[in-house]
Amino acid sequence: MSVLLQAHHLHRYYADNHAVKDVSIELKQGDILALLGPNGAGKSSCMQMLAGTLAPSEGEIIINGYDLLEQPQQAKQHIGYLPDRPPVYPELSVDEYLDYTARLRAVNKAQVVTAREKAKHNCGLEQQGRKLIAHLSKGYLQRVGIAQAIIHEPAIIILDEPTIGLDPNQMREIRQLIAELGEKHGIILSTHILPEVDAVCNRVQIIADGCSVYNRSMDELRQQSQLSLRLEKTPQSTLIESLDYIESVIELAPGHFLLSGNQLHRHQSKLSQYCVEQGWGLLEMSPARNNLEQLFVHFTSRDGKQFDEEAA
Amino acid sequence: MIRTIAARELRSLFFSPLAWIMLGLIQFILAWSFLGNIDTFFSLQSELLKIRNAPGVTDLVVAPLFEFARILMLMITPLITMRLISEESQSGSIQLLLSSPASMTQIILGKYAGAMTFMLCIIGLTSLMPLSLGFATPLDYGKLLAGILTLTLNTSAFVALGLFMSTLTRQPIIAAISSSGLLIFFWIMNAAGTTGAADANIFNQLSFTYHSLQMLRGIVYSADVIYFILFITGFLMLSIRQLENRRVQP
Repeated sequence: MSVLLQAHHLHRYYADNHAVKDVSIELKQGDILALLGPNGAGKSSCMQMLAGTLAPSEGEIIINGYDLLEQPQQAKQHIGYLPDRPPVYPELSVDEYLDYTARLRAVNKAQVVTAREKAKHNCGLEQQGRKLIAHLSKGYLQRVGIAQAIIHEPAIIILDEPTIGLDPNQMREIRQLIAELGEKHGIILSTHILPEVDAVCNRVQIIADGCSVYNRSMDELRQQSQLSLRLEKTPQSTLIESLDYIESVIELAPGHFLLSGNQLHRHQSKLSQYCVEQGWGLLEMSPARNNLEQLFVHFTSRDGKQFDEEAA
Repeated sequence: MIRTIAARELRSLFFSPLAWIMLGLIQFILAWSFLGNIDTFFSLQSELLKIRNAPGVTDLVVAPLFEFARILMLMITPLITMRLISEESQSGSIQLLLSSPASMTQIILGKYAGAMTFMLCIIGLTSLMPLSLGFATPLDYGKLLAGILTLTLNTSAFVALGLFMSTLTRQPIIAAISSSGLLIFFWIMNAAGTTGAADANIFNQLSFTYHSLQMLRGIVYSADVIYFILFITGFLMLSIRQLENRRVQP
């Protein structure tokens, strides 16, 4: 699979504020990469740099073989970008606006109408063509925003919180659309909705405090299963950690542990037997859901960092 | 690309009532002053017949009309140019332009062309008034063309300055006020030049008025034309630099 986007060692300063610290991002064809992170972590800055609307203070960005800083026009031809606010002109109708965005991305004049109709079809905007953008609801506005990002069929689509402010049905539709688009294009999206990541993305990168702290494929993440274990007694967590199928143990409360390891759910009977043998008084053992949420909290909350420091 | 951006700009302009109100009001005010000039000309006509080489209708009606139109343009240009970049920065739609394969130069030239097309409409309509005199009396077309040229060069300079002010701020109203202020300053700058001091000439050379008065009378010096061309290019280049700069440090 070809590499569509490579960003190496991006840094961004806002005056003295070092907002993005040495973030590297790579995107291959067919990838749907989720950028996660708390508000103000530097996600939007990263996306703006990738889209070429913000110049990085340091680092390089290669898009489909073109350097975004050296050959911006060739590189930007391959980018579709939806910023956190859809970049629309309220006084235009949907059709007029999409035609304009197509021409702006150098779509051939003869193909503008075809491109516009295709983008409208993909985003479920067939009925809205003649409506003024000022009269659209938030959900449709977001769709118009996505339509302008895909109208020139770019190799890379960058979506900054594409499902923000939508109702659950609309969210589902947009997710479906993103999954469909992901088959042909490379997509980078940011979101705060973790189930969304689980549903559509195949890679996840967490950014906290301007640094990239986690970057793995969802498959790897899914293989990491977790168990919640409640015991009557509170043994040393190192005793549990010494088992070869357990990679890490987090003590959530006295007698309550969170275990993680590769394919851990297959070892449940062995683990329960071990607990009984040790006489720990096994109360409850259940698969922990929301792997992603725990990861997110772990990497982005202060407690998580503390834990990291202790572990180090 | 430039044409696409200019067309979008023009379309948005004409979708707002602002453009139509301006077109209507300016035509009304200029027509009023035009009729006034013609009236004056009729009342003076008998006196003029006694003078040899008396100023003709072009001098007494057309030149004052263009002089007045120049003042009106100074007042309305900031209202047209204030939105150009600052409104897009405020609404976030500037991101679309910045992320698309258009260079900063193309964006600025597109915006400039869009606003200029509208201003040229006003100039065209204004020029129709004195042209209509051609049905009734012989006109000095050379002087008429010089008048149109003065108005066009002045307006082009106003728009370039207004566009630059619009790249500086997110608030259209601030762009409008600051461009008005600067335009008036450039207009009256020659007031300091009339003192006769040797070094005051620089203020003359910088002001719009100094470079327009001869041209309005029909004498087109290339130095005056070059002044306006330099002024326009200078402010367009500053706008491009400013837009480029904002990507680096917003």
